[in-house]
Amino acid sequence: MLRRNLRQAVRYPSLIISIIVMPVVLLLVFAFVFGGALEAATEGEYIDYLAPGMLLMIPAYLMASLAVQIATDTTKGIVNRFRTMPIAPASMLAGHVGGTLVLGLLGSGAMALVALLIGWRPDAEPVEWLAAAGLLALFTFALAWIAVGMGLISPNPESASNLPLPFILLPFLGSGLVATDTMPAGLRQFAEYQPFTPMTETIRGLLMGTEIGGSAVVALAWCLGLGVIGFVWSARVFARRDG
Amino acid sequence: MSDTTTGSAITVRGLRKSYGERRVLDGIDLTVGRGDIFALLGPNGAGKTTTVQILTTLRRADAGEITICGHDVASAADRVRELIGVTGQFAAVDGLLTGRENLRLVADLLHLPKTRATRLVDELLARFDLAAAADRVAGGYSGGMTRRLDLAMTLVGGPRVLFLDEPTTGLDPRSRRAVWQTIAELVADTGVTVFLTTQYLEEADQLADRIAVLDGGRIVAEGTAEELKRLVPGHHIRLEFADRSDLHAAAAGLPGSRVVDEGDRPALAVPGDGGVRALRAVLDDLDRAGVEATALAVRTPTLDDVFLTLTGHPAAPTTATADKEIAR
Repeated sequence: MLRRNLRQAVRYPSLIISIIVMPVVLLLVFAFVFGGALEAATEGEYIDYLAPGMLLMIPAYLMASLAVQIATDTTKGIVNRFRTMPIAPASMLAGHVGGTLVLGLLGSGAMALVALLIGWRPDAEPVEWLAAAGLLALFTFALAWIAVGMGLISPNPESASNLPLPFILLPFLGSGLVATDTMPAGLRQFAEYQPFTPMTETIRGLLMGTEIGGSAVVALAWCLGLGVIGFVWSARVFARRDG
Repeated sequence: MSDTTTGSAITVRGLRKSYGERRVLDGIDLTVGRGDIFALLGPNGAGKTTTVQILTTLRRADAGEITICGHDVASAADRVRELIGVTGQFAAVDGLLTGRENLRLVADLLHLPKTRATRLVDELLARFDLAAAADRVAGGYSGGMTRRLDLAMTLVGGPRVLFLDEPTTGLDPRSRRAVWQTIAELVADTGVTVFLTTQYLEEADQLADRIAVLDGGRIVAEGTAEELKRLVPGHHIRLEFADRSDLHAAAAGLPGSRVVDEGDRPALAVPGDGGVRALRAVLDDLDRAGVEATALAVRTPTLDDVFLTLTGHPAAPTTATADKEIAR
């Protein structure tokens, strides 16, 4: 099933490219258009502050393509073929999640490369790189299962692309772009507690050497929480279609 | 009674299914022998697709015993899935992969050894006339080609029982005949059992050894095509009249005729083969009776006729009929 997803991705690269291009473009916009102005708000080069948070945009954007893929499978009939075969029906979902993980790693890698090219200078030991990559993968995995649930409840692929929108907005409403203490009250509280902020702080801490504090634990908790919710939700919805 | 000893491919006893308040299937009994072609005939909404879904483990019945080759669909679902192949109205192919890749996907999912899988894929592509388009993306296939690919994918696992849910709905006549031929050849070559649902009497007639007519969740008739058609007026000439007095005068003058009253269009059905001699005889009889018909048509039995006979109501208000209007 995973092979199926990878083959689809190769066959239909425009979707994948748009998923990766958009965040990279945003990276460039923020770095160059806003970078100078924002340097006053952050210490050092803005790109160093920006890059780790932008890496998290990739999993968020991938949620949209994943939800669409799931919705396409369930509404176009192929899921009925899988259900009447002696295979685990959830393997269809797992194949998509696996494909998303692969794309997430590739996308994040591409993003990191672009960031390096425009001046990002991370400061991390190999073990910290591994930890960051692992955390990113875990986050992608958790968000993927939420996206699977969204795809399963969508009546058609078009509406499936809209459901993950809140998640795509979240990176902007956190510490990915600017420190949260410059935000107005209300928004600041929201930004501090939403999942992307501790994730950003942890990854930035790992890759740039800034302080992580309690963010790591919070980030992990979010990953596990979202992952469990997403998985259980998806399994429930998928099974409910029986009879 | 153990079904493995009777050797039937499909056994259904007392199948019931409701969606909320709506009773869709109300006590269905069926038996299909191995190697038979069985057709479930009925209009839209009769419960055909639900029946197939339950038989193929996609849905659970509310009540009833259903076995496929001796295995119960509720308790031995995976064993059943190893034995069946299912094609539905909407072709279950992956539009982003090529035909060959689609077939290969199914083979891989069923863990077929690589060399055998490759050979099987090539055989199926050839058999279903898809070899030329094998390496094109399936999303670009025509309707007929997509159906053929769908059927080919279903056969990868070598199923013993094939379920075809309205296999030719929406296809042009040529594609339909091609599908019928493929199915007939398949059964002749491999001895697979076929359970198909259809709303076309002609399809059931062409393909099936036995037909069951489904209406409102119940089987209202079952038998061979010949047996069913004997219940129904065969080829006949249909005459319409201006009013009922004309109708009755004509009925008196035409022996063997039957009043077929469809709403406010009083009509008479006169048995006959619709050939020129029979037509002339009918017109002569009408002349002698001193009555004029307002319309005349030659009819072959349609699903409507079957339903009218068996259930007293037409299959559906908008079902197309096979009228060949000759004169008005």
